[in-house]
Amino acid sequence: MTATETTEVDRRTPRLRAVLAQAGMELRLLVRSGESLLVTLGIPLGVLVFFSLVDVLPTAGTDPVTFLVPGVLAISVVATGLVAVAIQTAFERKYAVLKRLGATPLTRGDFLVAKGLSVAGLLLVQAGVVLLVAALGLGWRAEGGWLLVPALVLLGALTATALGLLLAGTLRAEATIAVTNGLFLFLLLISGVTFDATALPDPLAVTGAYLPMGALGSALTSALAGDGFAVLPTLTLAAWGIAAVAVGARTFRWEP
Amino acid sequence: MPDDHAAPTSRSNAAIAVRGLTKRYGGTTAVAGLHLDIGVGETLALLGPNGAGKTTTVECCTGYRVPDEGSVRVLGLDPRRDRARLTPRVGVMLQEGGVYPHAYPDEVLRLFAAYYRDPLPPEALLEQVGLQGARRTRFRDLSGGQQQRLNLALALIGRPELLYLDEPTTGLDVAARRRTWELIAGLREDGVTIVLTTHLLHEAEALADRVAIIDRGRLIAAGSPDELTAQERPSLRFEARTGLDTGALAAALRVEVRECEPGVYEVDAENHPDLLVALTSWMADRDVRIEQLRAGRSSLEEVFLRLTEDAAGQEPAGRRPPTVRDAGAVA
Repeated sequence: MTATETTEVDRRTPRLRAVLAQAGMELRLLVRSGESLLVTLGIPLGVLVFFSLVDVLPTAGTDPVTFLVPGVLAISVVATGLVAVAIQTAFERKYAVLKRLGATPLTRGDFLVAKGLSVAGLLLVQAGVVLLVAALGLGWRAEGGWLLVPALVLLGALTATALGLLLAGTLRAEATIAVTNGLFLFLLLISGVTFDATALPDPLAVTGAYLPMGALGSALTSALAGDGFAVLPTLTLAAWGIAAVAVGARTFRWEP
Repeated sequence: MPDDHAAPTSRSNAAIAVRGLTKRYGGTTAVAGLHLDIGVGETLALLGPNGAGKTTTVECCTGYRVPDEGSVRVLGLDPRRDRARLTPRVGVMLQEGGVYPHAYPDEVLRLFAAYYRDPLPPEALLEQVGLQGARRTRFRDLSGGQQQRLNLALALIGRPELLYLDEPTTGLDVAARRRTWELIAGLREDGVTIVLTTHLLHEAEALADRVAIIDRGRLIAAGSPDELTAQERPSLRFEARTGLDTGALAAALRVEVRECEPGVYEVDAENHPDLLVALTSWMADRDVRIEQLRAGRSSLEEVFLRLTEDAAGQEPAGRRPPTVRDAGAVA
């Protein structure tokens, strides 16, 4: 039958294998759900292509594509890291998946590492698709940022994922859907990622600049324009990440 | 990592030692000073009405809950502090959920297999629990019974020494239940320690070496099914429509009769042909159909009912186990 003598079984946890298998599972689940793909790929690409071809929004005097590419990267990061991860994790909590994993040899730390890896993996693909569509389809050329952009995308992914997990571990699953989608739309409108934020009332524009999507957008704009490292936006983004981890570590509930 | 897995499990020790366990949720005491030992290789059924504290007790053993008072040792270790050393040796089956709704059974089994150094082969296990045909059905689209069987497989994949099964056959049809029973019996043969919560009394009778009856967070009886039923008086039980005049029937039979459950009657006497004739003719006179008749020593079910009712005093019937009829139907 199934079980064997206790002494014959090697019981050391294969951590690397466990984390990679977990990351693979998380990644497959992220791309398996159609709703989630619509948010993570459909909306960013739709914004990029539509507003590049139909020049209706203020773009601070620059070419629409040049203006939009960094913004759309920031949108992708928040869509996947915050919206998709939050909703997925909230339902994992609701359906006692997190509770069940708590009884396996996979530690919570390893679980979070796996989640981070899956988001990073998906986002690198998404960023690649956005840049390819912009370069091949819309005639876009980067002025710089070949090292900085991947680093910023990863920092943004960590921050957004931490915020997503903070929401998923605190709110009910249904509330998480509402809050993350509402937040996403709000950020989309005030972060200066789809149109020039100076068109907004000042208080809104300033708020947007200090929220994660806006901060990531400015840092990416600077990097892709060949202006190098934008200190204040990058620090703002990192501060959001650190705060989310600090609060999330205290408030996250693993059980339904 | 040190090979702590090879450390001998002292066979003389209890696999699980619960000492004075108390757990409260707000003002409610779920478990009140429970003592319980489970031996290595033993199969223990934890039995009790809903809300008796079964799940809380098990969750203190799995490390999901921290005791307010008392202590729990599992395989000589602390369920929370020694989590990293315990989880590779322990299998857990939750009552419901626990699996990604969009995942496929074979993929979840392979995922869980990756957590353990020397897991069972996922494909073989999938067949063993009868899910080979559901390989490409997402978890949320599986039937309740299929979900249960996948959960059982997930509890087994790491070749556990100790297995917690929370109501493992709830929602299974008869064939699937039988198959699960055979699987559990096989694990028991192999020396796996099993803690089983159930409200199916015949399940406890069929599978367990020992039964612990818990009510209101206290242990009210423990022993083998035989021990627990040994002191019971012989009696005769039957099912018929509810509301029979037990006073008139008692007078006719000249022994005590009571309706212990709606539609379930107990005649307080030894089984004797004359008694049966008297009973059936009384029924025939009133055109009452006897649905079921059973004579002889009480089943675990009756012990259970008597003990939990004693403990509950004049509590409303809502505290009775909901599936007593189910248990009686097989007895």
